Amino acid sequence: MRFVEAAWLVTRKDLLIEFRSREIVYTTLLFAVSCLLVFAFGFVREGRAVEDAASGILWVAIAFSGTLALGRAFERERQNETLRGLLMSPIPRPALYVGKLTGIVLLLLAVETVIVPMAGIMFQARMLAHPLYLVALVLTGTVGFAAVGTMFAAMLVRTRSRDVLLPILLYPVTVPVIIAGVRGTAAVLAEDPNLEMARLWLSMLIAFDMLFVTLALWTFEAVMTE
Amino acid sequence: MTRLINTVIALVFVLGLCAPAIAQTQQQPPPKPAAQDEFLPIDQLAPKEELPAAPLVMAAYAIAWLVLFVYVVSVWRRLGKVEGEIADVNRRLAGGARR
Amino acid sequence: MQKLFFPLAAVLAVMFAVAPVLIVGAPYESTMGLVQKIFYFHFPSWMAMFTAVFVSGGASIVFLATRRKSADAVAVASAELVVAFGLIGLLTGPLWGIKAWGVWWSWDPRGTSALVLWLIFWGYLLLRRFGGPGSERLAAAVALFGMANVPFVYWSVNLWRTLHPKTTVVSSLPVSMGLPLWWSTAAFMGLFALLMTLRTRLEHDRARLDELYLALED
Repeated sequence: MRFVEAAWLVTRKDLLIEFRSREIVYTTLLFAVSCLLVFAFGFVREGRAVEDAASGILWVAIAFSGTLALGRAFERERQNETLRGLLMSPIPRPALYVGKLTGIVLLLLAVETVIVPMAGIMFQARMLAHPLYLVALVLTGTVGFAAVGTMFAAMLVRTRSRDVLLPILLYPVTVPVIIAGVRGTAAVLAEDPNLEMARLWLSMLIAFDMLFVTLALWTFEAVMTE
Repeated sequence: MTRLINTVIALVFVLGLCAPAIAQTQQQPPPKPAAQDEFLPIDQLAPKEELPAAPLVMAAYAIAWLVLFVYVVSVWRRLGKVEGEIADVNRRLAGGARR
Repeated sequence: MQKLFFPLAAVLAVMFAVAPVLIVGAPYESTMGLVQKIFYFHFPSWMAMFTAVFVSGGASIVFLATRRKSADAVAVASAELVVAFGLIGLLTGPLWGIKAWGVWWSWDPRGTSALVLWLIFWGYLLLRRFGGPGSERLAAAVALFGMANVPFVYWSVNLWRTLHPKTTVVSSLPVSMGLPLWWSTAAFMGLFALLMTLRTRLEHDRARLDELYLALED
């Protein structure tokens, strides 16, 4: 079975399951919105948000809700022992990783289509000023976060204390993604947008994505075998 | 026995880390001239005149010594436990073989 | 590696005996005075920490590729030293900073990058401790990701903030400051190697113990 075909089958399976119950997307979305709200109390004074609050809070919400979604997605696999089934099937392991990654990215993008405009509204940021840059930054940042997250979440699925170990391991490693996401988005949403900076951060995110997806593809096999 | 010697040696010159701090505090720091220098001082943040430097330097070297000391001791204790178990299992193996 | 212990210890004993002489003899830095002397241990601690990061990452790659236990022993020993040397750097930095910059923590790029890396390897140790069986390979992946992250973390934090003395400072140091600095750095690297021999011996013994238990069951 070809690589792309196999990966797509895995993604399709995840999306189908998710469409039927919509459990993860609803819970993640609500969590992300709650995050935005809680942070609003910290960063909005007299009805106006502090500078760059929108991008900062947005990315924090993405990081937190992303971790939650990753945990839930792999918990589902663990509960039904389906991960073992996937590992035993004759698809190349990296295809399994790519399939899972695509599923997670699509899930997070679905959540982001709601919370990105919401952050713009709540924190008075001009989301529509440079929409392409914004979309590119959010997309590459999500892929970077999910690339590392999918790898770690899959690794930890049979580990004790996995619920707390996932954030402990994931956040420090994805610091560059968060920094680039926040600063890049802030550069785009500022009163006086600095598109050159945004492009700089975007290129870093692309480099990060390429390196870490490659690294994950190389090590997924070694790490997932018994 | 070798383990003990190894660990003591490691400890002894971890102790040596303290020496610079002690030696340094015997000296008097010179008055600070306004000068050109390699380090880039930050203009807005003037160094606190009231804070004496000597305790900070001593504390820094002491911390370095303390961290390494604690680490060496922790490795030593773990080594002790494992080597004790090894001796124990060896004894049991020898006892079993004799039967 | 074990055989290196005594000769290495002897050399290091001499180096650490000489180090205080060199450090005391170094001239005062003109704006920071006495407190700058923390530098002679702060910088070498960081160097040792970064060396440990790359040793751990490299050993993890070998372990993932070959499953050789000796590689895993080196990886975990090095990871512990990342945390130990990193802790020294993280604690001595603020002590210097409060006097030199007026703040305990200023989010400067080197310090912040080092903090992030330190957290990654602390996570490595937690994973090995609490992850249950089979966590060695998972931890190896974490170490590898951590090592690969070094340029990204540094670059992103650097672009975000700058307060630390620029990189060129170290190369522009006069000999009177350069000598104690590099002497201390060499001594710390030697200390890293020495502690590695001690710690890998522990892993060695643990492996031997496992074998003995297996033999006992027969």
